Amino acid sequence: MVTAKRNPALIVIQLAGGNDSMNTIVPYTNGIYHDSRKAIGLTESDVIDINGTLGFHPSMGPIKDLWDKGNVAIVQGIGYPVPNRSHFRSMDIWHTAESASIAPDGWLGRTIREIDPDHGNVITGINFGRGLPRALHAKGVPVASVGNLETYGLLPDIKDQQTRELAMDVFSRMYSPSDGVDAVLQEISDTGMGALLGADILRTAPEQYSSSIEYEAEVEIAQSLRDISQVLQADLGTRVFYTIHGGYDTHAGELENHAKLWHELSTAVGDFIADLEEHGRGDDAVVMIFSEFGRRVLDNGSGTDHGSGGHSLVIGNGVKGGFYGEHPSLELNEQVEGDMAFNNDFRSMYATLLDEWMGIDPHPILGENYEQFDMFRR
Amino acid sequence: MTTTMTSEKALMAHLMRRAGFGASSEELDRLVEQGYDETVDQLLDIEQPNRMSDNIIRRYHSEYSGMMGNLSAGANWMYRMVSTDAPLREKLNLMWHGMYATGYSKLANGKVLHDQIRMFERHGMGSFKDLLIEISKDPAMIVWLDNVENHKGSINENYGRELLELFSLGVGNYTEHDVKEAARAFTGWTIGNTEYMTMKSARDSVWPYGRLSFHFEYKADDHDDSEKEFLGRKGNFNGEDIVDIICEQPATAEFLSRHIYSFFVADEPPVPEWPYKPPRDPEAIAALSNIYFESNYSIKAMLNYLFKSEFFKSDTARFQRIKGPAELVASVLRLTEEFEKPDISMNPMSQQAQFMGQHLLSPPSVEGWHWGTEWIDSGALVERVNFASEHFGNLDAPGVETLVNRILDAGDDIAPEAVIDRTLDELAITEISDNSREALIDFATRQSESAPADQTRRERVVNILKLAGATPEFQRA
Repeated sequence: MVTAKRNPALIVIQLAGGNDSMNTIVPYTNGIYHDSRKAIGLTESDVIDINGTLGFHPSMGPIKDLWDKGNVAIVQGIGYPVPNRSHFRSMDIWHTAESASIAPDGWLGRTIREIDPDHGNVITGINFGRGLPRALHAKGVPVASVGNLETYGLLPDIKDQQTRELAMDVFSRMYSPSDGVDAVLQEISDTGMGALLGADILRTAPEQYSSSIEYEAEVEIAQSLRDISQVLQADLGTRVFYTIHGGYDTHAGELENHAKLWHELSTAVGDFIADLEEHGRGDDAVVMIFSEFGRRVLDNGSGTDHGSGGHSLVIGNGVKGGFYGEHPSLELNEQVEGDMAFNNDFRSMYATLLDEWMGIDPHPILGENYEQFDMFRR
Repeated sequence: MTTTMTSEKALMAHLMRRAGFGASSEELDRLVEQGYDETVDQLLDIEQPNRMSDNIIRRYHSEYSGMMGNLSAGANWMYRMVSTDAPLREKLNLMWHGMYATGYSKLANGKVLHDQIRMFERHGMGSFKDLLIEISKDPAMIVWLDNVENHKGSINENYGRELLELFSLGVGNYTEHDVKEAARAFTGWTIGNTEYMTMKSARDSVWPYGRLSFHFEYKADDHDDSEKEFLGRKGNFNGEDIVDIICEQPATAEFLSRHIYSFFVADEPPVPEWPYKPPRDPEAIAALSNIYFESNYSIKAMLNYLFKSEFFKSDTARFQRIKGPAELVASVLRLTEEFEKPDISMNPMSQQAQFMGQHLLSPPSVEGWHWGTEWIDSGALVERVNFASEHFGNLDAPGVETLVNRILDAGDDIAPEAVIDRTLDELAITEISDNSREALIDFATRQSESAPADQTRRERVVNILKLAGATPEFQRA
């Protein structure tokens, strides 16, 4: 396949609920880890060793395979100043890239605005899920939010093909610019036209797609990544993809739940990368995985409570695999109120992704300059 | 723009959209008969609302007793919005929930949030002073804004600050010193048995009894009783005294009036912009502020004045708000009458508002939600359009059957134009752009010309209803 140079795309996967990063990238030789994790600790025989001191969670085989190819960056001890253990506030900070105050819009919304200030492409950014995460929200910036690519669109319950075409024609006329309407109605209309246009374009994606990869059925994250792959391969100009994998708030039953989550996620990511490779698209996209916080060092008997510092992963052919940043010390006097300290500002990772991967000046989006990692082969 | 209804009925439709969740055409006729002022009085005066009872709801949804999560508490509230005969009370609860936004993310307890909304129902139309005292004593608020951490000798300013900034005076009308002094005055206002309650909240192991409610406790020995200086006054103030002084401020009257105006008359910009942008209608704000003082802070008196005022009734106020997500969901479901009895599908219904950007009982921050055009992004608009059209298209819903029957009862040979005007009437879309109306008429015409042979007239009307629910005009209230 001829691979013309395409614009790089970013796929962001949010792990909602606070991923227990200590049971994801496991410091399995650390005595403090085992003392703290009496109920849910993973042992040397459980983990998939990385470097003799850290190991992947046993469910992360497919990600280990990508690590072995040198395509996985592990950013250690990532977080933000003055940890807030509220899911919402913490997620809000990650979404807006603003930790000191409440910001009105999201970092990816601002990114989409930078990429396409004139809204030439209403699907420059797409969320796969329901509603729009704050990360993608920026006033006046159209972003599609797709529950299911197969059925995505307006008025999906009008099934009769002829009636449907007529309805879409009428919808577009109702939302067309017209004289004598006030500014608010005009804004609603513009948004409606954006949604309609996005739906029309996206409808073409599944038609062109075929793949030998069989994503896990009935697994939402797998289906979302499959949808993302379809859109990527359809060359619709989408640069920012977003999806959420939920359920990481493992206060209880963590061993079982966490294993299931990482099985789903690792398998889906492995399949996704393989799907891109199969179609010669492996160089076009990277996946960034983050969560709003890590979890408490000490377990609570069956799970863990909200913590602060955690790990993020960046995965793709373009990535220089390896560890980025120091692993935070687990020594009791270096913990922050029982949590792993953070030693990498999450905005350093954002800045790196924007600048080195997307080729966009991070300053207007993040408001400040952040030290960057040398993370990409470009 | 076209108006098809009589002006009395269009005005009544406007009132019911704002003071409630809309009304069917049949109900509007009845209310017009009853009279406008009488209807306002009725909306304001119902003391014992008639609605689907909690006993019935809980018998069907056992989790609504336990309130383990916020979903059940939010869905329980949606039942009330959909079934109450005192819609203004639930509508007002939505305003208070936006203004005193308290969220599940920190509390992990649906029951105390539910209790807070019920507190709004008891005090939401009373004296604003009482409401401020009640919200200061509200256990969910006390935890949400950290007043549990506000101690004599070691204050936590969070509640003191938001009380002044977001709950009463607004930015620019107090100093940092006032914040600290207010915080000192609220030391000792906490919840009873704090440690036990916090421990209980952290663990999901309280089945089958569900969440425990928190309760307010005043701890005199943790209250800083020394002298304070607040907004230029000196005294050994306690929380009640602070609220007294707050209520006397013209800034409070204006702040509250602007909230009420924005929620019931026409969208103002979001609160953070207020210090920089004057109100849309300064005279209306001044008039409402006057009523506030004349009535000794009566919210009911302010609402009574508002709904009977020219600035509310005026054509220029019509459709000047964007429906909030919960409001949109409730108004569609009231019209389709899908929930005459409890039904498991109420849970996903309540979640619909979340997909549209308003997760009830889980506001994005203490600032609540930004309203107006900020409700409408392309993701949310798709959800809104699809929700309304899906439900208007459900012929199994008794309300939809009524709508279709009423639209069709003019006879078999009714012209497309008349079908559209009747449909718009039934949905009380009293103003519509020529663009939209002509497109709908064209749909009705072409649909009947090219319809599949087995398509019934009822199905054709249902398609028209779906498209009417998809109009840009339907997004507004």
